[in-house]
Amino acid sequence: MLDYITSYLGMNTTPGQAGNIFWAVVYILIVFGGVSVAVMAMNWLERKALAHFQIRLGPMRVGPHGLLQPIADAIKLMTKEDIIPEQADKFVFWIAPLIILCASFTVYIVIPFGPTHAITDMNIGILFMLGVSSLSVLGVVMAGWSSNSHYPLLGSLRSSAQMISYEIAMGLAVLSAVLMTSLNKSGTGTLSMIGIVEAQQQQHIWFAFKFFPLGFVALVIFAIAMVAETNRAPFDLPEAESELTAGFHTEYSGLRWSLFMLGEYAAMIAVSSIAVTLWLGGWMRPFPSTLTGETWDLVFSLIPGFLFLALALIAFIGVVRMPKHPYFRIQTMGLAGFAAVLGLIGLILFVPPVRERIQDIFWFIAKVAAFMYLYIWYRATFPRYRFDQLMRVGWKVLLPISIGVLIVTAILGVAF
Amino acid sequence: MTDPKAYLSHLELGEKDETFLDSNELIINMGPQHPATHGVLRVVLKLDGEKVLGAECVIGYLHRGVEKIAENRTYTMFNPYVDRMDYVAAVSNGLGYCEAVEKLLNIEAPARAKYIRVILTELNRLTSHQLWLGTHALDIGAMTPLFYTFRDREEILKIFEKYCGARLTTHAFRIGGCQYETYDGFERDVKKFIDEVPPKIDEYEELLTTNRIWVERTQGVGKISAADCKALGVTGPVLRASGVKWDLRKAQPYAAYSDFDFEIPTGVNGDTYDRYLVRMEEMRQSLRIIRQAVERIPEGPIMAKVPKVIKPPVGEIYHSIEAPKGELGYFIVSDGSTQPYRVRVRPPSFVNLQALDLMVRGQLVADVIAVIGTLDIVLGEVDR
Repeated sequence: MLDYITSYLGMNTTPGQAGNIFWAVVYILIVFGGVSVAVMAMNWLERKALAHFQIRLGPMRVGPHGLLQPIADAIKLMTKEDIIPEQADKFVFWIAPLIILCASFTVYIVIPFGPTHAITDMNIGILFMLGVSSLSVLGVVMAGWSSNSHYPLLGSLRSSAQMISYEIAMGLAVLSAVLMTSLNKSGTGTLSMIGIVEAQQQQHIWFAFKFFPLGFVALVIFAIAMVAETNRAPFDLPEAESELTAGFHTEYSGLRWSLFMLGEYAAMIAVSSIAVTLWLGGWMRPFPSTLTGETWDLVFSLIPGFLFLALALIAFIGVVRMPKHPYFRIQTMGLAGFAAVLGLIGLILFVPPVRERIQDIFWFIAKVAAFMYLYIWYRATFPRYRFDQLMRVGWKVLLPISIGVLIVTAILGVAF
Repeated sequence: MTDPKAYLSHLELGEKDETFLDSNELIINMGPQHPATHGVLRVVLKLDGEKVLGAECVIGYLHRGVEKIAENRTYTMFNPYVDRMDYVAAVSNGLGYCEAVEKLLNIEAPARAKYIRVILTELNRLTSHQLWLGTHALDIGAMTPLFYTFRDREEILKIFEKYCGARLTTHAFRIGGCQYETYDGFERDVKKFIDEVPPKIDEYEELLTTNRIWVERTQGVGKISAADCKALGVTGPVLRASGVKWDLRKAQPYAAYSDFDFEIPTGVNGDTYDRYLVRMEEMRQSLRIIRQAVERIPEGPIMAKVPKVIKPPVGEIYHSIEAPKGELGYFIVSDGSTQPYRVRVRPPSFVNLQALDLMVRGQLVADVIAVIGTLDIVLGEVDR
């Protein structure tokens, strides 16, 4: 047994490919736990960043600067009464949030956080991701239909039409990136997520900058389609609060509603991960081929540690600036503890073995985080599209451009 | 009461479709508990998919019988009640009522009182338009302008609070003038505000005016022609956006408006975008009026000679003012006693709301929200 566990450590591959079930389970637990924490962090960040866009403070009460707000929310949602409408189709109503949740969590199986930091790698990785993530539309339709109510029905109809329309533009954008992976001597491309990043490594360029501006246009198309795909502002019609009260999940409350939210945020992180993997070099650090050499490697490997130290410093400044009233004592202590934890993580990240192993994961998460911030930014800035306009953007703008990008990429690929 | 079809005088369901889909039209209730109907408006919509075939407003959920109350109150006692009609523009309501009763009594407020009235009323127009902009943008999905407008609205409410102690339902004016002299630093506060606010209005515009999504969501939505406006009695920015240059402040000047120099912004297309532009420009024009009024405010008494007990002679009077939402009229019948025999209010929101059905027909569900927002209704005033 012990041999079975340790034998994987020598292998330079993912546990799924090595066929090591123990480590696969460990990886699954880490990834799913990590995603759940990331969803909570995202929840806090969204409320906080949105609040600052809108000149207000956001959550401030639960924990220092509202840091414990997501936990309080989770407790509130779990202890709420679980309401199932009398007229609802109970089984479908019950299973719909689970489908969305499963669909958005399953895609994490193939997301590569590093050359070996993935649960598994499939030769059809990107296809698998697109396929599974589009299953969530099934959950949306089921939720809207089973609620047996007008507003959820309208919301789910909108949502299914929207998700299907934008998937096409999304798929074509993805294809152009996949096409780029075949631009090597052997001429064979790959659909494997790890393979795609490795192709970018070999070609010494992120696909976002390949055949500039072609790759970049494809990335922009994908970035727009993925916002629509995850039903976020400005494409949040299915849950348009002011029109359809809450869209397909109007009748849901408590834990079931929180499953929808968990699924939505997990899907946001998942599609951002696809964008990062396909166009932004996945786990690679910035400038991997222009700023080469030992010194640059060292400089970039120190960034995570310094980042955490900087965060610790900000938290520490917060501690110093906290009012000296006894009322704030617990808050101050909490924030100080938070600063200490951040500082400690920063220091641990300087230890050479940790530093080298954390690199890939850090850069991957940093790039995904940039996309997540964009999501919040969109939400603060844009009004909502109307349904027909949304369809027009999808079919008449994004689709022709993505077909054009695909064709030109193919031509350029043959020419060079 | 629960059967929505009971209200469907002109929204009869069509004949059953003889297709395999058997697709009947859908009738849904929007409101009265809906986040975007600005209170307790209930709209019964007949939909063909997302397309609106007809809309019928069901009102009365906020009916408090204000007009009937007036018959049992003295003229002075009824004054605070009018603030509760259009509670986002309470000062305008008070102005209209006070001036109507003054006309009935055949007295005139002193010049200084008139100037104070103009300043407060125009500030109130700004708060009303800011609230409209925030909620209207929120309905269309832009969250951020709401907080910007509320930040600036707060400054005006502070001035109101300093002047008369109340922020929303101010009861700022009395029959015959104003009860309170301006507080020390009133002019400084107002001047500071009008110096600071233009860049903030630019800020709202920056978020919306050239925003492609905003333009697409509002242009061509809820169109109404000038002829339809006149036929339905629609007034205010909605009428002006359709190209009619009609503003009671110019057409039949009341208070001290004839002393000031300002423009009446008008639109061309009569759509939601034009109404947006008209209201944005009205905010700037209001600032212009306030600036002139503050600079030229005369000294003198603030209260005319009014008898202790107000007993107007037998007769009737109709007086109307340009409230932020349109023509606000008061029709008061006096039987010579201390209480009015009958008070009838012509509220702009109520009359403008009639145009809803005309404006949303053939549009999409999302446009209904945009149109309700652009009509700028306050249910307190619709139901009274």
